[in-house]
Amino acid sequence: MNNNMSYEGVMARRNEIMKKAVGIDYDRFEFEGIAFDYETMMRETGYTLEEMQQIQGSTGVGNTPILELKNLTTLTRKFSPKGKGARIFIKDEAANPSGSFKARRAANAVYHAKKLGYEGVIAATSGNYGAAVASQAAIHGLKCIIVQECYDSKGLGQPEIIEKARKCEAYGAEVVQLTVGPELFYTFLKLLEETGYFNASLYTPFGIAGVETLGYELAIQMRERVGKDPDVVVCTNAGGGNLTGTARGLRKAGAENTIVVGASVNLKGLHMASDTQFNKKSFTTGHTGFGIPFATWPDRSDVPRSAARSLRYMDRYVTVRQGEVFYMTEALAQLEGIERGPAGNTSLAAAFSLAQEMDKDQIIVVQETEYTGAGKHIQPQLSFARQNGIEIRFGDPKDEVPGQNIILPESPKLIKAVDLDLEKIRKSYIKNAIEYNELESISSSDLEFLAEDTNSSLDFVKKVIEELGVDIV
Amino acid sequence: MIKKGEWVLIHNIVLKPEERAPQVPEDTKKVPLEMWVKGFLLEDAQIGDEVVVQTMTGRRVKGELVEVNPAFNHSFGECVPELLQIGLQLREILFGGEDHE
Repeated sequence: MNNNMSYEGVMARRNEIMKKAVGIDYDRFEFEGIAFDYETMMRETGYTLEEMQQIQGSTGVGNTPILELKNLTTLTRKFSPKGKGARIFIKDEAANPSGSFKARRAANAVYHAKKLGYEGVIAATSGNYGAAVASQAAIHGLKCIIVQECYDSKGLGQPEIIEKARKCEAYGAEVVQLTVGPELFYTFLKLLEETGYFNASLYTPFGIAGVETLGYELAIQMRERVGKDPDVVVCTNAGGGNLTGTARGLRKAGAENTIVVGASVNLKGLHMASDTQFNKKSFTTGHTGFGIPFATWPDRSDVPRSAARSLRYMDRYVTVRQGEVFYMTEALAQLEGIERGPAGNTSLAAAFSLAQEMDKDQIIVVQETEYTGAGKHIQPQLSFARQNGIEIRFGDPKDEVPGQNIILPESPKLIKAVDLDLEKIRKSYIKNAIEYNELESISSSDLEFLAEDTNSSLDFVKKVIEELGVDIV
Repeated sequence: MIKKGEWVLIHNIVLKPEERAPQVPEDTKKVPLEMWVKGFLLEDAQIGDEVVVQTMTGRRVKGELVEVNPAFNHSFGECVPELLQIGLQLREILFGGEDHE
């Protein structure tokens, strides 16, 4: 190979490398300008719900239990106005083989890689997805490489990420660990080129479709359990795949009236690619550092078109603070006897607050949990934070400043999900779509696409476009 | 002397500071992009030597030998006393006191 292996050289071959590594010709779904054919892409390159249930079921993925959190419901009613305080349920996704809902995404991706004849799979992730891909690769007898962003320049790593490396190795994967920086993608591309393995991206149509079974199961389980669809489903939101897949699954089950809420940990002010701030955050996923950029520009992912498009499906988007999530993780163990990892409890912290606005006979479902263990647990995460100069104390979580302190609520009544302005996020998406495509004017079909992709209206998009000074032709 | 075939950790520099991506923040631009990977040592060597390993997937990777039989040392961390108070408080609210429903 006399290919140029410099950063610029490899990045310039990005599309060519990707095409070989995912087996999808994304150009087929492209239109002129901004739009692309999302639903055709999902239909032609994904799997049907029945196929996915079959694929996942054959490796023990899915059909996770749904648990009613009766004590947490009673607790939330202590702080609710009269007649309020919805019943809280949780879908115990930690029961999947690799310990998180990510097994659903990985099951499809690795099955697909095997079907297409790839020898191995690669995924770039510091999260639960690595273990999920490694677990599935083990089942299918494929080789597996996981690329992690793990350390700062002092070689100090988040205990949570180190645990995930251990888990990947436990399933026989090779783990490549890097220091902080977006050039992880460069290393990832070089590995794809070197090995010819399949890119088990989080954002392919089959990966996202893999989560549809979660939303579908959830609706069916609630109908069996309480005789109706859930009123609200809360999804922890980072790259958008969890929310997108769950919402699509709910729709496939016919749960048209269920409100889908995204929830992210508020890490405002921390730069995700900063070496010095890397270990100042106590959440490595499910936070606004991914949630907002991916909502406002989903195609920043590692495939040309991301199948995870959270704005399409999000009815409401809330944030919670790190201290609130740690507190709720402890509450889940102490009041419900269920010990799970903190990141998955982001949506639980939000649900605890949202339930207080809802009627007593309504149902709110937290759609995931994740496994816990050494490193991936509130105690090592909090003691790591303390060692890194983060102040930990009881107080009012609204005073929390990411990177400086973690404030555990001095009373559970202080746990408050804070609404983000979805209109602002939609505007930001539209602005990004114009900028990334370098357009001076846009067509009416692009207007329609933007309205769909932001779950807004033609009038809304037109207004934003006019404000941006862009012509409509 | 570390024998051929031993399980080791190697380290190398992927990008020097001046080769880093343009969009990287200033503090990150000052440091190199580093990488660690584990594999079986292909020739006898000493710590600090430039070596080649064969990884779990069979790839051959070159780098500086930093550790033999690398172990995971992450744990449940140090005691965070504040956590002890949460369960006590929640049980008091739910099951104790005069406010009990």
